[in-house]
Amino acid sequence: MINKHFVLLNKADNVFVCCKQLLSGCSTTLESVDISMTTDITVGHKIARNPIVKGDKIIKYGVSIGSAIADIALGEHIHMHNMKSDYIASHTRQSKAGEAK
Amino acid sequence: MKGYLRADGRKGIRNIILVTYLVECAHHVARAIVNESDNSNVQLIGFPGCYPNEYSLKIMEGLCTHPNVAGVLNISLGCEGFNREQLANTISASGRSVDTLVIQKSGGTRKTIAAGVSSVKELLLTAEKAELVPMDISELMVGTICGGSDGTSGIGANPAVGHCFDRLIEQDAICIFEETGELIGCEQIMAERAITPELGEEIMKSVEKAEQYYTKMGYGSFAPGNAEGGLTTQEEKSMGAYAKSGSSKIHGLIKPGDIPTQGGLYLMDVVPDGEPMFGFPNIVDSAEIVEMIASGCHLTLFTTGRGSVVGSAISPVIKVCANPETYDNLADDMDINAGMVIKGEATVAQVGDEIYDLVSQVANGKQSKSEELGHQEFVITYKKFEGIGPACLPTVR
Repeated sequence: MINKHFVLLNKADNVFVCCKQLLSGCSTTLESVDISMTTDITVGHKIARNPIVKGDKIIKYGVSIGSAIADIALGEHIHMHNMKSDYIASHTRQSKAGEAK
Repeated sequence: MKGYLRADGRKGIRNIILVTYLVECAHHVARAIVNESDNSNVQLIGFPGCYPNEYSLKIMEGLCTHPNVAGVLNISLGCEGFNREQLANTISASGRSVDTLVIQKSGGTRKTIAAGVSSVKELLLTAEKAELVPMDISELMVGTICGGSDGTSGIGANPAVGHCFDRLIEQDAICIFEETGELIGCEQIMAERAITPELGEEIMKSVEKAEQYYTKMGYGSFAPGNAEGGLTTQEEKSMGAYAKSGSSKIHGLIKPGDIPTQGGLYLMDVVPDGEPMFGFPNIVDSAEIVEMIASGCHLTLFTTGRGSVVGSAISPVIKVCANPETYDNLADDMDINAGMVIKGEATVAQVGDEIYDLVSQVANGKQSKSEELGHQEFVITYKKFEGIGPACLPTVR
């Protein structure tokens, strides 16, 4: 537990996981750094613990959970818009079979 | 703890009479019999297809001879492909009471329902005679699945179930976790936990098979709600799901309907063998619960983040909710509030101990929330499997 809004699951991780939602514009202090949210972050979502370069692995639970497909700034929301699986494409309600989102 | 002793020596924690439909055409008649019987111990299961299928027959045999089941009434239309004779023989050979009614030979809907209702009354009388005997934790078989996972599942609920599994396995109970497709990305670490290197290789192969199968299907085992709840990739979901297995050695790799006999932790390979042919491995969570029950699970630990409400026929389902917001919203459906972990109000071990205590209470007759609410979801689809190899069930411990 880092603070009431975010948790660090493994010290090797480059993401924090939200455990209490924080709305866009609100800020919080994580590991002595003040970070302002650029979008609403709800429970279960991830933000970057440090700047991440396109192609870097995203580390959660101490292991890779996929790769960055764009550069990601410290504190930025990490989700389907800036990372992908290294195994199999994820999909949303709007997807058609076989199409990666 | 007490269990119902069956003629085959197995012990159950419930005393159920099943009414089965052996094809969709017999579904209404079977349901009408169950409704008219109006007893929560009389439950409906069945297989909808008309084409024969070895897998579905094996699953139905496993369910109808489950330790929680005292007797069975099979409802057949008459012309379907399901091997009703073999099913009845298997049930009878297990020492359970069985009756089969064929609608086409019984004078149609009304007469079959009437005959079925009186048959169920007889079956209930024999069920009442089942002897209650002492039952030990080591005689329990417990399965786990996750459904409606989100970013909280892997933090609170899944590791807490893992903790409960570790405690159960310490006492020589059998624990099953599953869905190799939802363990994509965890194959290497799972293989390292295998009790023998050969079993480790089999585990690696089963996950590779899952990856190929799901790639062919066009979708991973990843639902839109997973993404809304903060999960981004299959391997992220997998790592969270994997925590349900706890930290003990993996003692075997089984396929649906295979019944482990030695205490320990087992992985169930639910992805069909050979060329993909009948569609998605498991179309929905309930199909996975049914497979674990067919392998003998007395109860299922179901972790959820978004909030699943399902239960099951035959074996109770215990809901472990990871997300504190979901718990507040769906408290009537949730047995355990693992959201305490993410709020910093309880540790994983404390919630795991709470799950363990509830497992023994539910095994001793206490109703789980989904049971109380009358949830008895059930589904079987077509699948095809080859038997497991000798490396999958090492006898070493």
